[in-house]
Amino acid sequence: MEKCIACGLCSEKCPARTADDYEAGLSKRKAIYVPYPQAVPLKYVIDHDRCIYFKKGKCKACEKFCPTGAILFEDQEQTLELNVGSIILTTGLQTFDPGSFDTYQYSALSNVVTSIEFERILSAGGPTQGHVLRPSDGRTAKKIAWLQCVGSREINRCDHGYCSGVCCMYAIKEALMAKEHVGSDCEASIFYMDLRTSGKDFEKYYTKAEQDGVRFLRSRVHSITQTDPDGTVALHYATEDGCRLEETFDLVVLSVGMEPAESGVETARMMGIACNEDRFLKTRDFAPVSTSTPGIYAAGVATECKDIPQSVMEASAAAGSAGIDLAAARGTLVSEKHFGPEKDFAGQEVRIGVFVCNCGTNIGGVADVPSIVEFAKSLPGVAYVEENQFSCSQDTQANIAATVREHDLNRVVVAACTPRTHEALFQETIRDSGLNPYLFEMANIRNQCTWCHSGDSEKATAKSKDLVKMAVAKASLLEAIPELSVDITKAVLVIGGGLSGMTAALNLADQGFAVTLLERDAELGGVARDIAHTWSGEDVQAYLRDLRERVQTHTQITTLLNAEVLDASGFVGNFRSTVKQGDQTRSVEHGATILATGGTATRSEEYLGAEHPNVTRWHEIEQDPDKLAQASNVVFIQCVGSRNQERPYCSRICCTTSITQAIRIKQASPEKNVFILYRDIRAPGAKEKLYTKARQLGVVFIRYSLENKPLVTQNGEALSVRVFDPILQQPVEIQADLINLATAIEPNQTQHLAQLFKLPLNAEHFFMEAHAKLRPVDFASDGLFCCGLAHYPKPIEESLAQASAAAGRAATILAQSKARISPLVSQIDQGKCIGCGLCIEICPFGAIQAEEVEANIHRAANIPASCKGCGLCASSCPQRAIDMLHFRDRQIEAAIGAAV
Amino acid sequence: MLHTDMHAVASVATAPPVGAVLVVGGGIAGMQSALDLADSGYFVYLLEKSPAIGGTMAQLDKTFPTNDCSM
Repeated sequence: MEKCIACGLCSEKCPARTADDYEAGLSKRKAIYVPYPQAVPLKYVIDHDRCIYFKKGKCKACEKFCPTGAILFEDQEQTLELNVGSIILTTGLQTFDPGSFDTYQYSALSNVVTSIEFERILSAGGPTQGHVLRPSDGRTAKKIAWLQCVGSREINRCDHGYCSGVCCMYAIKEALMAKEHVGSDCEASIFYMDLRTSGKDFEKYYTKAEQDGVRFLRSRVHSITQTDPDGTVALHYATEDGCRLEETFDLVVLSVGMEPAESGVETARMMGIACNEDRFLKTRDFAPVSTSTPGIYAAGVATECKDIPQSVMEASAAAGSAGIDLAAARGTLVSEKHFGPEKDFAGQEVRIGVFVCNCGTNIGGVADVPSIVEFAKSLPGVAYVEENQFSCSQDTQANIAATVREHDLNRVVVAACTPRTHEALFQETIRDSGLNPYLFEMANIRNQCTWCHSGDSEKATAKSKDLVKMAVAKASLLEAIPELSVDITKAVLVIGGGLSGMTAALNLADQGFAVTLLERDAELGGVARDIAHTWSGEDVQAYLRDLRERVQTHTQITTLLNAEVLDASGFVGNFRSTVKQGDQTRSVEHGATILATGGTATRSEEYLGAEHPNVTRWHEIEQDPDKLAQASNVVFIQCVGSRNQERPYCSRICCTTSITQAIRIKQASPEKNVFILYRDIRAPGAKEKLYTKARQLGVVFIRYSLENKPLVTQNGEALSVRVFDPILQQPVEIQADLINLATAIEPNQTQHLAQLFKLPLNAEHFFMEAHAKLRPVDFASDGLFCCGLAHYPKPIEESLAQASAAAGRAATILAQSKARISPLVSQIDQGKCIGCGLCIEICPFGAIQAEEVEANIHRAANIPASCKGCGLCASSCPQRAIDMLHFRDRQIEAAIGAAV
Repeated sequence: MLHTDMHAVASVATAPPVGAVLVVGGGIAGMQSALDLADSGYFVYLLEKSPAIGGTMAQLDKTFPTNDCSM
């Protein structure tokens, strides 16, 4: 594996072809292959079952052509014994196989594809290069249908009573992408039961899709047929009002649901870990990443269907939880790499070494590498030039390091592929030879030259020379840049003492870090104080009592009640906040900050919410048992103030809460009539089973639309609800004794905190994370994290997972004695600065501050630890007083000057 | 194949712990756990059955809301 340089010759010469799993079987690959071009590790591997040598005992074409002798036919499977303190299971999913569903004709009709196949069809690197072509005849598919809930919410045929939770969103995404790829005449239709866009910003995406012409049909398709020999497909379906319709499509996409990966189920069985009835690993609401075995944690789809952000949160939560168990052994099995001293070459003339890579035939097969080498020798400052077969291979690395020392080089240029994948490798190599890693520059003569000009070797050679000339010109002006690091205060400030804040605080305290937990109320607990049970029936008050006890008795946690943050300054590892508690203020120093400021259910005047004593909201209905006992007709109204123009988001937990309450009422008194008036029932994952159960118990669900909302009127004390029933196609009137409103959930006021810590809020004032998918608990600025309702409405188990994740992420900073930060930051010339403040305003990271240089005279000063090197300040400065290290104006100008 | 000694795991509470973690599955969740643990000072074994890490997410063309390519 060390010898493989991923040149691809073996695969090119391999005579055996087989279905490509990565492309969902839509194209072929060789028996020796990399799964996809960006694979990590980028090493070719032999598919044992498809290799001709392994099947018939001869061939070995790959071995013959491999330039580095990397093929090992005699490689054997090995059994390793690992000694570990904890295990995390992230065994993932497999998609539902619709082949056995004759309704959908997936096996019979080639123009019926799964959503994973469609992802590959959309991909520019996929089998059709992103052209949306139908498999039957390769014609562009202009009319495409998505069928939702294939293998989800279905107990008759596939025994998956749960909702997969992600298909509505990915179908909308695929529909919008298809329209983008095919053009304006693409018609996209989504056939669905309930549209479940309850995640953060999902509802806006749904609305946008509607505006962009994606058609949403609330209907379940009952059969699929082929109408012509070319493969056009007819869908037969019934609308909600009972009309039977038939419509033809070029392509039908089955939005297949998720199952736990078979290999994960097998691993759990072998390890004796409990699974639930759907074969997902069993967890509890209060311990969302703990399996049935202590010390073994789980995250992602292994435990329940979920989307990417939730999987990433749980992954960080599992890491944080394992971190508690292993805190005493932190750092015992890892060591940092140490380098020798850097060479000082001050006053020395520029001596550049240029290494030109052939990359097998990738570069050498197109451009004339020897002539590039000769050209490089003629460039000013160049002291040494060498041609490599593969500059990135291990032996060449050793050679480069030796050459730098031998020829006393003080700058290095590698003309090869992209710095995105290889810069770090070469930087480490030259650091090994005693050079500062920033005395390095790459010329990308492969991706940006020989790959895109493969048909014209003369021009490719000329362009390669230009690229090398530019890199050399820049390299001659490169400077050594010292590494930057800051000390870390091993303490955390957690703002907000609800379930999320307490969970994050306790997790970090258990990992050994000092925590200050700040709560503005007189008591810990937040909104959880009003909740009796989680959706699966676990006792919230008992858990809360226990959690509060553990927090308040923990020696590492200082709890400050009736407290608020007055002021804050600093950066990762070094925050200082001023906290006010009663009349006293105190200063808190902390290396990381967690914002768990929570949210609240709004009050509503709609539906007589502010006027009538029998119109309640959320958990109020549980708080007066006598009133409930006397009621015969109970009506729940959903989406009160959510999913409208004022709040264009779904509050996510209201459907499950009302259904849970309805079930409790029905179970206690089956004779009561319980109605839930809803727009879409959004019960993701196993919560779908509550919806099924409620219907079995006789809860009546009536759908209403935003245009035709229920009407609540009062006659004396009596309440009446009038709503249009889309199944009966007529209005119904309910004499209600109690009406409970599922009002919108809003974040608590955080504008002040957001300003102090320079944190972005979205349009609805929820905190905005660094990246919706990949960094769901981080802020863009280092050392700051958020969790719970302050981020978005979510059920308790998701808040707890996010809280543990925030703790896990904070621990990655607090565990270091020093935080290493990129030294490629802005440099401000205060002599040129006029103190206009434009850079301070424009910096998205709060990395520039006004420094008082004389009385009332301010100049910009950068905070390297907060700077991300984006260069916005430099490009906006009217005085050109700001330069970016390693990308100084004169360095870039030299490169451009060399090109023109 | 994965072999585990359940007794070794269960006795973590009493014996001094081992500062290493086994992460089973190299999809987006496994990679995130592995990175966080390594950054927190633990040695990580990341186990993946296929020849490359990335899992199901690596097959997705683009992801909401940024339409970033999944790679």
